[in-house]
Amino acid sequence: MLPASLARRLPAALTAAGLAVALTACSATPTSSGAPSTLSVWDPYPQFAAGSEWAKTIDRCGTEAGVQIQRQAYDTTDLTTKVLLAAQQHTAPNLLVIDNPVVSTLAEAGVLESNQDVGLDTAQAAPNLVAAGVVGGKTYGVPIGANTLALYYNKAVLTAAGVDPASVKDWASLTAALAKVKGAGKKGITFSAIGTEEGSFQFLPWFWGAGAALTDLASEPATAALAQWKSWLDNGYAPNSVVNNTQTTSWQEFATGEYAFAENGTWQLQNAKKAGFEYGVIAIPGRTGGTAPAPTGGEFVTVPAQDNPDAAKTAARVAGCLTSPDKVLTSDTALTYVSAVPSVQEKQVAAQPELAVWVDAVKNAKGRTGDNLGTRYPRISQPMWGAVQAALTGAKAPEAAMKDAQAAAAAAK
Amino acid sequence: MGSRSTARQLVGWAFLVPLVAYLVLCYAYPLVTNVDLSIRDYTVRTFVRGGAPLIGLANYATVFGDPAFRTALLNTFLFTAASLVFQYAIGLATAVFFARRFRLSATLRALFLVPWLLPLIVSASTWAWLLNSESGLVNAVLEGIGVDRVNWLTSPSWSLVSVTAANIWIGIPFNLVVLYSGLRNIPAEVYEASALDGANAWQAFRHITFPLLRPVSAITLLLGLVYTLKVFDIIWIMTKGGPSGSSSTLATWSYELGFGTMVPRFGLSAAVGNVLILLALAAGLVYVRLQRRQDVA
Repeated sequence: MLPASLARRLPAALTAAGLAVALTACSATPTSSGAPSTLSVWDPYPQFAAGSEWAKTIDRCGTEAGVQIQRQAYDTTDLTTKVLLAAQQHTAPNLLVIDNPVVSTLAEAGVLESNQDVGLDTAQAAPNLVAAGVVGGKTYGVPIGANTLALYYNKAVLTAAGVDPASVKDWASLTAALAKVKGAGKKGITFSAIGTEEGSFQFLPWFWGAGAALTDLASEPATAALAQWKSWLDNGYAPNSVVNNTQTTSWQEFATGEYAFAENGTWQLQNAKKAGFEYGVIAIPGRTGGTAPAPTGGEFVTVPAQDNPDAAKTAARVAGCLTSPDKVLTSDTALTYVSAVPSVQEKQVAAQPELAVWVDAVKNAKGRTGDNLGTRYPRISQPMWGAVQAALTGAKAPEAAMKDAQAAAAAAK
Repeated sequence: MGSRSTARQLVGWAFLVPLVAYLVLCYAYPLVTNVDLSIRDYTVRTFVRGGAPLIGLANYATVFGDPAFRTALLNTFLFTAASLVFQYAIGLATAVFFARRFRLSATLRALFLVPWLLPLIVSASTWAWLLNSESGLVNAVLEGIGVDRVNWLTSPSWSLVSVTAANIWIGIPFNLVVLYSGLRNIPAEVYEASALDGANAWQAFRHITFPLLRPVSAITLLLGLVYTLKVFDIIWIMTKGGPSGSSSTLATWSYELGFGTMVPRFGLSAAVGNVLILLALAAGLVYVRLQRRQDVA
């Protein structure tokens, strides 16, 4: 009975298997023509529901521009693909809030309108943050705010180990502090070295802090940064789990209270207050001192290319409103971001002095797609996180791993 | 007469149209699109604007020439083979166990289905947590009994073993259910006759249960094969195919190429996906061949 019916079912079963592997497209809301009455907005903040401060801020800006906002929140990793597919089907949203390293990719694909064309202005925002949106001399979108990486520390663990956080000035003093912590029976530092963009994001402060440039992964400073991470694992200062840690799981390790340091971002500040122990934050030190440039995180408010020029203009007005100095404080407080506008940064520090470290870190931060790398950055980042993984798991020596990564990055132009 | 047969024909077509439309829309169109994707040189710009140039089989050449392809292919083979062998063996053992009815057997059997019912995100995350190098339960137990901790997910030599173990656990209920229903279809008289002839339990299994279960076993293994070849979520959630590709399969590699970086490479991704479809198709053809030979015999 079974076998006979199987012969008939087999082709369907196989096709189903094929279908599951095949790519499928999905549809979204179509754009209307004429003077728009509604404006579709996509953002990567699913954590903010309709009643949240962020949603209210968009609605207020929509009312000012005379349109009703239809907001749709996506997971940040899904958003790029969703936008590309939507652009292909001419169903892109009117306004798009997107992670900064993706902006150059979308601009190059012709998905975004340049600021010059729709009348957006970035004069208020800090140039090091705007840099991620500059492609071929044109700027696409306005940064809504920024986050970046620094080192959280657990005060109790450091005190018990006899380490003064102010003594951590460079890699040598950080390593010495980690050794003391281990000697006191606690764990040293946790970070994320997972084989995704997150791994590269976390590695970059050490990479740039050593003086390396993304154009040469095989340089001595680049290798030194990887060797530093590797030696922390070898000495037991960092757990082996970093190889598979996302920034969230790395934070969970720090939240156990066993770790002295954690490399993590502004977005964990709320969780840090709930961790149940006293914490502090220091900037990530450069190899021989100073503050290492950390990569900028945070989104740009952009206007996707659309058939209806009136809708694009209206969208630009809403974008301008969201990023204007008087509104952006609300947006950034809602998002727990450091503002991209220097005058607003000062207000933030005045209201919350603990943000001073983060504002400094953001001032020192660099865009990943800056230095005119643009769409080449992802092709460099992928071999780089591969090299980090290969070295940390002992599959390759740091020099060999970075040399192979450079070869792969150069070939992928 | 003539008009009546035309009407009958029309009715026939009317019945056929929904099915054909469904097949074309949901099977043929995605497959053709995927083949089309794989023979064009897609950049992000041409993906959005159209006009990606045809490049024939160059994407396939790139894929086959990539060292990651050999790793992914070998891993796919190992992952699938180990999953099938253990899922089938353990599924058969538990099916035989539950075939002898005893008190609570129905309840216990229902409990065995739990892995099947859990959302994959839950079971995969739980496995990842159990196998965590630092805080995982498995390493805590190992340490408790004096064995060195193992970097289950973060060592290139263990990551594939770990994801395979998780997949076996998830696949056992399916094998159990299908094989159990197969066992229930074997007539009790055969066992009674063999008992009269003095066959022991092992002989009864070897010469009655196993041969009579062969058709059911074949379909279980084939469906398991098709299913296991394309397993993606468990691996992606547990290791992302890492560290440095050591647990990547064709399915995860295809996803990584298409969606894993900020600049998607849809052409290459589709090419890997098509290779996967061909593998599943080849397995299906082998099955049909075996089936036919069995029917003839």
